[in-house]
Amino acid sequence: MKPAFSVLFLTTLIGMGQGLLIALVAGQFYFVIGSGLEHDSGDFYAKGSAVALVLLGLGLVASFFHLSHPERGMRSIMRWRTSWLSREVLLLPACMGLAALYGLIHWFDITPVLITFGNQKNLDLSMAVGFLLAGTSAFLFITTGMIYACIRFIKEWATPWTVVNYTLMGLSSGFAVAAIIAAIENALLRDFLAGWAALFTLMSFAAKGFTLWRNKHLPAPFSMKSAIGVHHGHIRQLSQGFMGRSFNTMEFFTHVSPEILHWMTALMLVFGFAAPSALLLAGWADRYLPALIAALPIQYLGLLAERWLFFAQGRHVQNVYYQRMS
Amino acid sequence: MSRKQLALVIDLNICVGCHACVTSCKEWNTSGWAGPLSDTDPYGADPLGVFFNRVQTFEAGEFPHTETIHFPKSCLHCEEPPCVPVCPTGASFKREEDGIVLVDYDKCIGCKYCSWNCPYGVREFDTKQGVMKKCTLCADRIYDETLPEDRRKPACVLACPAGARSFGDISNPTSEVSQAIRDNAGFQIMPEMGTQPANHYLPRRKTKLVIHDDELMRADNPLLKEGELPRPQLSEPFLDDVTSW
Repeated sequence: MKPAFSVLFLTTLIGMGQGLLIALVAGQFYFVIGSGLEHDSGDFYAKGSAVALVLLGLGLVASFFHLSHPERGMRSIMRWRTSWLSREVLLLPACMGLAALYGLIHWFDITPVLITFGNQKNLDLSMAVGFLLAGTSAFLFITTGMIYACIRFIKEWATPWTVVNYTLMGLSSGFAVAAIIAAIENALLRDFLAGWAALFTLMSFAAKGFTLWRNKHLPAPFSMKSAIGVHHGHIRQLSQGFMGRSFNTMEFFTHVSPEILHWMTALMLVFGFAAPSALLLAGWADRYLPALIAALPIQYLGLLAERWLFFAQGRHVQNVYYQRMS
Repeated sequence: MSRKQLALVIDLNICVGCHACVTSCKEWNTSGWAGPLSDTDPYGADPLGVFFNRVQTFEAGEFPHTETIHFPKSCLHCEEPPCVPVCPTGASFKREEDGIVLVDYDKCIGCKYCSWNCPYGVREFDTKQGVMKKCTLCADRIYDETLPEDRRKPACVLACPAGARSFGDISNPTSEVSQAIRDNAGFQIMPEMGTQPANHYLPRRKTKLVIHDDELMRADNPLLKEGELPRPQLSEPFLDDVTSW
C-alpha cells in the first residue's frame, strides 16, 4: 500500500493524544484509590487536556488532507453501524469534547461528589468524566486499529495485533508526553507516568517485534489460480491491459528499493522503540528531565517510520492483477 | 438467491483480448450524465486515466506448451460486496432491485477506503473529480426505454465482436446467463474471499480434432493409390475409381 502522509500524521498524533488522556485519567485514579491525602493540582490536568486537545485537533486537521471532498466530511458519520472508519469519525470529536470538558472541570475545580462508596471513597464529577474520557479514548484506539485490521485482503494488517500495536504505541507516546508535562509542572505523578511510559514503550517494542516476525512468515498473499480461475501450476502475467499508470498501480504499491525498507526498519526499531525506552527509563530512574524531553521527538520520528512501513509492507490481494505492465 | 441480480458472464474460451469492450465502456461512460472518466496526459508520456473495465493477459504453462488467457476484469457486483459496508458515508451501495453495486458521486468524500476493501482492484479513483468510480453495468442504458430492446445492454456486451460477453439476471435459473453458467461450468474468481461475485467466467475449453488414417486415405480406392490413374484408350470402357479421364 502507498503510505499517505495525512494518515501517518493522523494516526500517530491522535494516538499520542488518546494516550495522554488515558495517562491523565489513570494518574487521577491512582490518587483516588490511594490514601486520598495527596493529589495533583487541577492545573496539571487542565494543561494536559489542552495539550491532548491540540494533538487530537492536529490529527483531525491532518485527516482532512486525506479527503478529496472534505466539505462532505460530516457525511462520514452516517454508517457507524457497519464501518469502523465511520465509528472513528464519530469518536474523535466525542473524545475531543470530553477532553475539553475534563480540562475545564479541573481548571475551574468543579468537583461535586456524585457517589460515596462503602469504603468512604468518593466518585466526584472530574473522575466520572475522566472514566468516560478514558473509555472513549480506549474505544477510539480500537476503531483506529480495526480500520486496518478488518481489511481481510491485506494479510499483514488483518490481525488483532494491528489493534494491539496501535494501542500500545499510542499509550507509550501519550504517557511520555504526560511525563514531560508532569515533570515541567512538578507534579507528583511524574514518576508514575514516566515509569509507565517506559513500560508501555517496552511492551510496544515486544508487540512490534512479534508482528514483524509474524509478517515474515505469512503465506503468499494471493494465488494466480483463483485470481483468474485457471488451474495451472505455472501462470504469469503478460499484460495488465495498459501501458501507463492507473489508480491500482499507484494506491496499492510502494515503489522503493529493498535498501530503503531495510533502513526504515532500522530507523523504526531504534528511534521508535529502543532509544525512547532507554531514554524514558533514564528519565524515570534518574529523574533527568532532558532525557524525558529528548525521548519524545525521537520516538515520534520512529513512530512515523513505523506507520510508513506499516503501509509500505502491506501487500494487497489486488496486486495479483498488476504484476506486469506489458 | 431470489432477488434479481444482474451480472455479466464472460467466456474466456471466446475472448481474444481485442479491448473492444474496454474502449466501448470508456466511450459510453465518459460521455454520460455522470461526467467524464477523467484522463490525465492521455497522449503524453505518462498517461493516467479511469477505466471501468480492463483486459489483462496471462500465460499458463512454459514454452512451447503455453496457453494465452485474455482476462477481462470489471466490477463483479458481488452478492456480499466487502466494499459497501465499510463506506463511512453510504455513498457506496448495492441496489436492492437489481443487485448492481454503485457509488453515489455526490456523497463520496474520496477517502478511498472502499478500494482497499475490494480484492479484485476494480474500483478506480477519479483524481480530477475526487470521487471513487466503478462499473455501473451501464445502469443508465439497460433500462432506457428510448433504446430498442435488444440495445438495452451494457456497452461492453454490445461491443464484443466475438460474443464473449453476455448479460442477464443470474438469480433467474432460466435466464440465458444462468444456463450458460450451468452448462459450461461457469465459475467465480477468488471464491475463497467470500465475496460471492455475481459476474461469472466460463472456462477455457480444449477442442481437439481427431483425424484417423482412413479419413486421409480413401477407403474405397481399390488401387490403394491416390493420383492419376491409367488413362483408358478411347475404345476401352472407363470405370470410375479405376481410370482417369
